[in-house]
Amino acid sequence: MMDRYTKLQLVGIYAALAVFLTFMLLPFFEMFMASLRPLEHLFRSPYQFWSDDFSFQAYRDMWVTVPLLGRYIFNSIFIASSVTLITMVFVVPAAYAYARLNFPFKNISLGIFLGVNMFTGAVLLIPLYRVLRTMGLLNSYWAMIIPGVAFLIPTGIWLLRSYLEKIPRELEEAAFVDGASRLYTLRRVVLPLAVPGLIVVGVAVFIGAYAQQFLFAITFNQTRELQPLPAGLYEFIGYQTVTWNEMMAAALVGVLPVMVIFLFLQKYLVAGLTAGAVKE
Amino acid sequence: MAELSAQAPQDSASLRSRTLPEGLFGWLLVGPAMLFIAVIVAWPLAETIRLSFMDAGLGGESYVGLENYQDLADSRRFHQTIVRTFYWMFLSVGLKLMLGLIGATLLNAAIPGRALFRVLVMPPWVIPIAIGCIGWLWLYNGYFGVLSGVLMKLGITDGPFEFLAYKTSAFYSAVVTDVWVGTPMVTLFFLAAMQGVSRDLYEAAWVDGAGRWYRFRRITIPQIFPVIVSMALLSAIFTFNSFEIIWILTEGGPRGATTTMIVDTYKVAIGNYKFGEGAARAVIIVILLGLFSLIYLFFLNKVNKRYGVK
Repeated sequence: MMDRYTKLQLVGIYAALAVFLTFMLLPFFEMFMASLRPLEHLFRSPYQFWSDDFSFQAYRDMWVTVPLLGRYIFNSIFIASSVTLITMVFVVPAAYAYARLNFPFKNISLGIFLGVNMFTGAVLLIPLYRVLRTMGLLNSYWAMIIPGVAFLIPTGIWLLRSYLEKIPRELEEAAFVDGASRLYTLRRVVLPLAVPGLIVVGVAVFIGAYAQQFLFAITFNQTRELQPLPAGLYEFIGYQTVTWNEMMAAALVGVLPVMVIFLFLQKYLVAGLTAGAVKE
Repeated sequence: MAELSAQAPQDSASLRSRTLPEGLFGWLLVGPAMLFIAVIVAWPLAETIRLSFMDAGLGGESYVGLENYQDLADSRRFHQTIVRTFYWMFLSVGLKLMLGLIGATLLNAAIPGRALFRVLVMPPWVIPIAIGCIGWLWLYNGYFGVLSGVLMKLGITDGPFEFLAYKTSAFYSAVVTDVWVGTPMVTLFFLAAMQGVSRDLYEAAWVDGAGRWYRFRRITIPQIFPVIVSMALLSAIFTFNSFEIIWILTEGGPRGATTTMIVDTYKVAIGNYKFGEGAARAVIIVILLGLFSLIYLFFLNKVNKRYGVK
């Protein structure tokens, strides 16, 4: 009853949603349209919204123009997955400690972690470059993975901690009374219960790692075979011409695998954010 | 639990770790993450501070004391950059919060198709920022972008309009793209918070005859206020540091119109190899962001106390 809308209200809501979603999706639509236009079509004047020379030719040619395209798409996913995995290895124990244990300097150290959120790689690029060079990690996957992990650890701890706090303490206490060790309790009691939270945090970290690999890639890696997609796309900008239509096609095809995975995971994400945002 | 009691004591490692004091165990769990941050963030930060007192470049380093800072203090252009950065941040964050609130309210409405709509909001957040920016680069193009095309068809402009070629339009175009990148996350967090608000509150108000607007203002907003506040701070920090968007769209141009502090720092340090001057700029960014956060949290505390929000 309370949720019933009048016809007019419904029209208003759908109209507002249409405007909102148009804003969100316009660049994708425009990229798709651009990918269909033959290159010589682009400078036609006056501007044409529609014409009959649209084709999918760019989706075939792009693999020839940039032979490593498939590799770039793979690299992007590989780097983001590695960052996620390594980040979680650091985040899970730390988040548990902040959710459950008392230890010296707990609040100060948590504050330090959250303070890291204030930096981005762009501020620390030069010394970071030197650190990676000292470790001999420049021009490798590690050069892009390690900084990614460092900047995502704080976010991960912050998100996961609030989930773990919601798991009833009684279960752990019961296990502890039964003689289980702290580590055993963490592994066998807490972690299985935290799976939904782990998925949410994992997806959030993956998105962070996937969305922000451009800067580290162009600064710390010169090896072409290891470049992620956003950096690799710049190869469509040639000495003579920019094959814009192929670049757009490659961008859309390149993000497709992640979008598909994401479609399957998004319901956990929304549900998980809900659980995380509810503060009792 | 029966299974636990049967297994646990046989685990010899468990007997040892059982006796670990809580404080030590806590640090064993937090330590690895802390060490990682120390090497990859804290040490470079310390190094940045050291470099900021140096005249450093490809040729070597020499100590110059506060000269780098003195130059910045005297530079009118740098003052303009600071003002521009804060204007960029407040404008963009304000728009993100407003759009996020509107979007979340729309997506929270009980209407057919909302599951689909919720998914359609996410792509700008999920894809690499750099790729979204390529799409915007195209949209803003005077010759082949649809925005300029529409303006021409409507007769507002006679010829192609290059959005990124003029100081004012370039700045606001960059703001729009930044808002586009940042809005989905804000929207989803607000949506999540709205779903957490107890239905009882709404029903009680509804029974009392409260309209939708009243319920939104008096129940939804106060209930999700803590999430709005934390998203505002988080979003402000992201926006202040937003680099890739500006770099890909305009590289800080035309004539510096979109040069925020972070872009300025990158240009000086990486573009011109003036590591010392770049480091001084980086230190100022850290100080300003730290001050901003502290002031924000201080006022937040005051507001919370006055209104009794915990």
